[in-house]
Amino acid sequence: MNPNNDRDNRMKHSGDDAWLARPSTIRLLWQVFAVVLALSVGVQLLFPVKGYFGLDGWLGFGAVFGFLSCLAMVLFAKLLGKFLKRPEDHYRGRDDD
Amino acid sequence: MIDFLPPAMILLLGALLIGPTRGALRTAVVLVTPLLTLAAVWQVPDGVVLTLQFLQYPIEPIEGSPVRRLFATIFALMAFGGGLYAYRQARWFELAAAYAYAAGAIGVSFAGDLISLFLFWELMALFSTVVVWCGGTPGARAAGIRYAIMHLLGGVILKVGIEGVMVHTGSIEVRPMLADNFDHWMILIGILINAAAPPLSAWLSDAYPESSPTGSVFLSAFTTKTAVLALILLFPGEPLLIGIGLFMVMYGIIYALLENNIRRILAFSIVNQVGFMVCAIGIGTQMAINGAAAHAFAHIIYKALLFMSAGAVVYRTGLNKCSEVGGLFRTMPLTAVCGIIGALAISGFPLTSGFTTKTMISQAAANESLVWVYFLLAAASAGVFLHAGIKFPWFVFFQRDSGLRPKDAPWNMAVAMVLFSALCILFGVAPQLLYDYLPYPVDYKAYTAGKVVFYLQLLLFSGLAFFLLLPLMRRTETISLDTDWLWRVVAFRAARRVTTTVARLGLALRELTELLGQKVGERGRRLFGTRSADGRLMPGVFARAWPIGTTALWIAVLLTAYVFFYYLD
Repeated sequence: MNPNNDRDNRMKHSGDDAWLARPSTIRLLWQVFAVVLALSVGVQLLFPVKGYFGLDGWLGFGAVFGFLSCLAMVLFAKLLGKFLKRPEDHYRGRDDD
Repeated sequence: MIDFLPPAMILLLGALLIGPTRGALRTAVVLVTPLLTLAAVWQVPDGVVLTLQFLQYPIEPIEGSPVRRLFATIFALMAFGGGLYAYRQARWFELAAAYAYAAGAIGVSFAGDLISLFLFWELMALFSTVVVWCGGTPGARAAGIRYAIMHLLGGVILKVGIEGVMVHTGSIEVRPMLADNFDHWMILIGILINAAAPPLSAWLSDAYPESSPTGSVFLSAFTTKTAVLALILLFPGEPLLIGIGLFMVMYGIIYALLENNIRRILAFSIVNQVGFMVCAIGIGTQMAINGAAAHAFAHIIYKALLFMSAGAVVYRTGLNKCSEVGGLFRTMPLTAVCGIIGALAISGFPLTSGFTTKTMISQAAANESLVWVYFLLAAASAGVFLHAGIKFPWFVFFQRDSGLRPKDAPWNMAVAMVLFSALCILFGVAPQLLYDYLPYPVDYKAYTAGKVVFYLQLLLFSGLAFFLLLPLMRRTETISLDTDWLWRVVAFRAARRVTTTVARLGLALRELTELLGQKVGERGRRLFGTRSADGRLMPGVFARAWPIGTTALWIAVLLTAYVFFYYLD
């Protein structure tokens, strides 16, 4: 891909016209998302979750568990990344010759 | 004998015909042979259909059972979808190799004995390597060699186990076993290498993203899922697999979170998804095996769909990294929507095939009161949404405006994506269509209000976590070390040290022999003579013209000595 063409494209489309990319849309999406999140917990009052092991039937357990597991996994990945991440050309010149 | 063509042979024949045919005829071969194969798959009745004699062993290349037909069905369907996706863009030899590879997978599905299983297993290793090489770059060539080495090693280990079983039991039948002796361990390890289980899983994320945009669609489907079928047939209920499966599930998530290459993210998530299946096979109950089989079926569809979507992006932009793309939803809406459907399905969102199959595995864990397994699988489900469900579509199609305005996918790619998206939703809303064909009778309701609420909470709040933690997930232009670092760097350095030492030794030895040679030469020249620079003969000691008196003197000395010793006696 020609980098000059690339820049031309970028210039041409700098004024973003996509509905999804407008700040107002993004704000609206966050609001809808918040309502959906609240609903997903609230609806548990109407349809109780029959947990297999007791605690997974608590109100909002899925929400808290999902959020915390993700937090733990992201942090753990971040920590591991400190040791495992290498520049992309780490292997270059080793395998190819 | 049988009154139909073996399914694997039909596809193999198709692979052979792709080369010599041209134009519309080739298109027909590509699109029709998988469907003929599919028809043949459904002709295979239960039990052994064909027995041949090889040495003193009865070879049973075709044995039918529900789970075998289920896997062969999805392999044939996959060959069709992949063929449709690829036939206008891929080169003919890539298509031919991919079809031979798929034929190997179908062959393994119906293999009733370990010998034919092994033969088809190696067929897959061979042609999948060719598919990797079709990536055409130096990176693809190197990765293909590493891939081939790993699979040939796996094949050898498998073969050792198979021969052990042949010698020790005299039977080569494919039947359930446990990892309780050396032979069975070898078979298990050989299969697990193909399943991308630890510690030898790096080949998958190494090779798949190096293949062509069309090649990775085929690669994503066959090797690991054939290994899953082999585990179902040979090691159901092997408790070790639970731990291995859970490790794979977490490994896939963590590495996918660290990854920047679009298709490598999806490659890591294959390991993650196969982990679910391996874990289920370890649990080993009827519910768990059903779950593993159903999940493999659903997984092949949505994972191929994800690779199709990513492949379309790579094909149109030539770019492979999250940090280079973004905002592509503007001009690739169809690819984006299909990618999102695949992403929702892999995350197990209600109304997608991932939900109706993955929850079976969780249910199986709960039924056996495996508390830890259950909660780790639930955490992993959240993690899947994090690393594949949102990360993939977000970074590729949204994120920021990269300024790229590529065209949407070519029409044949688009049709394949729409077809597979439809299947993801079909098996999500009508799971009974799949449940009816599972290995055991299904007594499971996917959609209970409580379960749907639980998973919605789990997934939606994972989504919240993703967007809140986005600053922590900034893309870096890096790769992550895996166990293959041990042989690509450590072993490489060790080998290099050994070779340099040997070279140095050789050099020293050469100097020594040269020195010796010189000395011997000098002595020889002195004794036998040589030729001077202008061609004159310079006689050596022996060639010199000695005066006759000297000779007479020497003879007198010899004779005296002789007489002396004669009378000494």
